[in-house]
Amino acid sequence: MDAVVVSGLRVVRSGREVLHSIDATVATGSLTGLLGPSGSGKTTLLRCLVGVQITAAGRVEVLGIPVGDPALRARVGYVTQSPSVYPDLTVTENLRYFAAIIGAPAADVARVVSDVGLTPHKGSVVGTLSGGERARVSLATALMGRPELLVLDEPTVGLDPVLRRDLWQLFAELASGGVTLLISSHVMDEAQHCERLLLLREGSVLAAGTPDEFRRRTGADDLEEVFLRLIEGTTASELSS
Amino acid sequence: MSVAITLATARRVLQQLRRDPRTIALLIVVPTVLMALFRWVLSNQRASFDTIGAPVFGVFPTIVMFVVASVATLRERRTGTLERLLTMPMHKLDLLLGYGLAFGAAAVVQVGVCLALTLGPLGLRVQGSVWLLFLIGVLAALLGMALGLLLSAFASSEFQAVQFMPAVVFPQLLLCGLVTPRAKMDSVLHAISDVLPMTYAVDALQRVTKTARVEGQLVVDLVVLALVAVVALALGAATLRRRTA
Repeated sequence: MDAVVVSGLRVVRSGREVLHSIDATVATGSLTGLLGPSGSGKTTLLRCLVGVQITAAGRVEVLGIPVGDPALRARVGYVTQSPSVYPDLTVTENLRYFAAIIGAPAADVARVVSDVGLTPHKGSVVGTLSGGERARVSLATALMGRPELLVLDEPTVGLDPVLRRDLWQLFAELASGGVTLLISSHVMDEAQHCERLLLLREGSVLAAGTPDEFRRRTGADDLEEVFLRLIEGTTASELSS
Repeated sequence: MSVAITLATARRVLQQLRRDPRTIALLIVVPTVLMALFRWVLSNQRASFDTIGAPVFGVFPTIVMFVVASVATLRERRTGTLERLLTMPMHKLDLLLGYGLAFGAAAVVQVGVCLALTLGPLGLRVQGSVWLLFLIGVLAALLGMALGLLLSAFASSEFQAVQFMPAVVFPQLLLCGLVTPRAKMDSVLHAISDVLPMTYAVDALQRVTKTARVEGQLVVDLVVLALVAVVALALGAATLRRRTA
């Protein structure tokens, strides 16, 4: 059973096609990485999955329901790349507000604040926090309630290495608890934390599989090198065809 | 639609407002200071102040609320929080009614303080009920808020949002009957004046100034004001898009 099924998805933005007939699936309960350089269409694809992107063609089903269905809104958590929280409220005030909308219990606020390591800052006004701390407030918002699918757009970029490790550990725990996570990153190193990978390049899916499959296919050990070989492999085959 | 979400939104907007004491001060102090200035300008024309004091009192909250509401919603659109809210189980009307409640509460305080000063120390004399003045003032402020929410959809920056204020409010000021009585306007201007909501606020305030009787036309004015505010809020809801390019 797949939590996400995308078929023939095309997106056109200001006259330019930015996603070219994407076919992809995300397995339920998996920790899947959406990797690709910036500008490859990662954010656009994630926006399609949460139903905020106008699409030109194709089907997107999430948890067995076509996206845009109001029933999905309480079941999918979405974190945008730039933190979307209120800078003039405290961490706790922000989370209490979003908890009220999702219908999450009040106890969730303290839990997610501790999950993202912000307990010492829970009373701080978000606008006074650093960029990384703000990003974590935004992430904490999506962890409240009981989301079945978490769509996270570059949640770990620019964070302290220790914190990044802790967050990947949290993501793995969530996945083993049955939550499906789709996490984008342009840092190829982050692929090592994922069970499955989806590699996007110039608006097309370049490859999909587990990190081990990729290593076998390309004969490279280092993931950065794996991706280089995958990219060069396609370019070479495109040239020869 | 959810009462809990609407109330949570109103509380959140008020919390944001509380973090911004300067805006609170501007909201409450500006109309009051403007009324005092107006009284001073007319210091030896007591009768003129009594005639147009009430209509002018209705105009200031409209302008202030228009600006505050349009910038507040524009910020919500631009910081990504609007998009996030719309991916959550929130109805568009929950958001707008939440804003309406919060700014409505601010309007009650704003109009109350301004009215207390205008009727007390400034000594404005009107024939009609003080409560009616208060009601019209709050309705006018809510109208300004609803128009601000709606027009913020057409602004892509705070600069543009602020520029909408003179564009939307000044024509209404010129045509509402304050500058020239509506009866003396030529037919084209009169017709335009008929479709501008501020005309009804000023007309209602003029009626309360002149007589203690609650006339049919006064009720019409109040209904028109409330309807325009509701329609503007509903149109504002239509401008909130869950899906964008």
